Amino acid sequence: MNKKRGKQSVVFSNPPVITSTANIVGPMEGQGLLDQYFDYTMLDNLNNLDSWEQCESFMMEWAIKEAVNKENSTIDMIDCILAGDLLNQLMSTHFALKKLERPFLGVYGACSTMVESMLLGAMLVDGGFANKVASATSSHHDAAERQYRFPNELGAQRPPSAQWTVTGAGATVLSVFGHGPRITSATIGKIVDYGLKDPNSMGPAMAPAAVDTLWTHFQDTGRVPAYYDMIFTGDLGNVGKQLVIQLMQQKGLDISSNYQDCGCMIYREEQDAHAGASGCASSAIVFCGYIYNMLMNCKLKKVLLLGTGSLHSTTSYQQKESIPCIAHAVAVEM
Amino acid sequence: MELYVMSFVVGGLLCVCGQLLMDLTPLTPAHVLVLFVVVGAILSGFGVYQPLVDIAGAGATVPLLGFGHSLVVGTIEDVNSFGFIGIFSGALRATGTGIMAAVVFGFFMSVLFNPKGKGG
Repeated sequence: MNKKRGKQSVVFSNPPVITSTANIVGPMEGQGLLDQYFDYTMLDNLNNLDSWEQCESFMMEWAIKEAVNKENSTIDMIDCILAGDLLNQLMSTHFALKKLERPFLGVYGACSTMVESMLLGAMLVDGGFANKVASATSSHHDAAERQYRFPNELGAQRPPSAQWTVTGAGATVLSVFGHGPRITSATIGKIVDYGLKDPNSMGPAMAPAAVDTLWTHFQDTGRVPAYYDMIFTGDLGNVGKQLVIQLMQQKGLDISSNYQDCGCMIYREEQDAHAGASGCASSAIVFCGYIYNMLMNCKLKKVLLLGTGSLHSTTSYQQKESIPCIAHAVAVEM
Repeated sequence: MELYVMSFVVGGLLCVCGQLLMDLTPLTPAHVLVLFVVVGAILSGFGVYQPLVDIAGAGATVPLLGFGHSLVVGTIEDVNSFGFIGIFSGALRATGTGIMAAVVFGFFMSVLFNPKGKGG
């Protein structure tokens, strides 16, 4: 039976089970709103390593190992790992995966990487190509800041529209059998670019991509927003979140009552993160902690998770190109 | 005493200009930095900046505009003393002390300390 639905969606015939998740964060995230939903909080952003990049690799390796440990498996039982991060050539991921010695496929979707790797992992499991897949992603505030914006030592001021890149990593294990919520359907996003160019204001740039995927998901699956207990986007921040609600309203769908953005859930107001959290780890640490917990405790039963990514590069920014954006969605149901 | 007050007022106003540029335009801190040096050099070339230095002292020389001003003053001095070759020697001779101080202190700081980042 063909699993494709509509234009861009799939409905899994043997929905893969998310048998475990793990997350790890930096000190600032550990002092935030979701402090009790993290498996490990590092004392500082270096964690006794030589560089921020090494610290990011450590976080990803730790998250994958911890997720595997939690479901009483060994790393050898993972048939394939799908992972990615924000740095050039997936630096943190490649150095993290070096030590795990498992079949690996690198994924780059900027901040949509968590959902993209879960979506691909679910396809591998449902397609019969693997029994257990781990999907993971990480981001590190200082490493990302150095690559995408300014040297940290410069102490450049951040405008109010800027979001704070999360230091953290999250990993999930997807299995054919087991106990846990299942990935029942997914929608693959397409690149949407409304011509916005300011990398200090990525939420508004990504909002149209999120709306495009959300709308397509409902069209393809025949579902309505109320089908889900909660709809989460990855890292649109305060500004992008309001834009998504407005744009969906213009399309005649009201999501204001069951929609939240992971980027608005991590930091406290007084932590001065400006427009909210961003980065691969924004959706990863919220899904692998808070959301998974809510699903396991049946406080949420049907969740739609949208990973939102800004696909610009430092070169494209310097050449004054706009920011191409994308959003992928997975439906997770208990 | 008047010099102290003027230094405070002029230096502060120049910084307000920089802050407004960062808050109201898409310019990044690096853009503003380069813009200030260039504007300082141009104002100095037209003879507008020296009177400001006379009134405000360090209030005009310490902000980045003052660096642009020093580049131009040095060039003009060397052109007057050495002729054509002064175009190439003047700018760095006049600002060399500041540049070397930045390199030397930067070197020692980087040897003594490790960057901590902003995320804790």
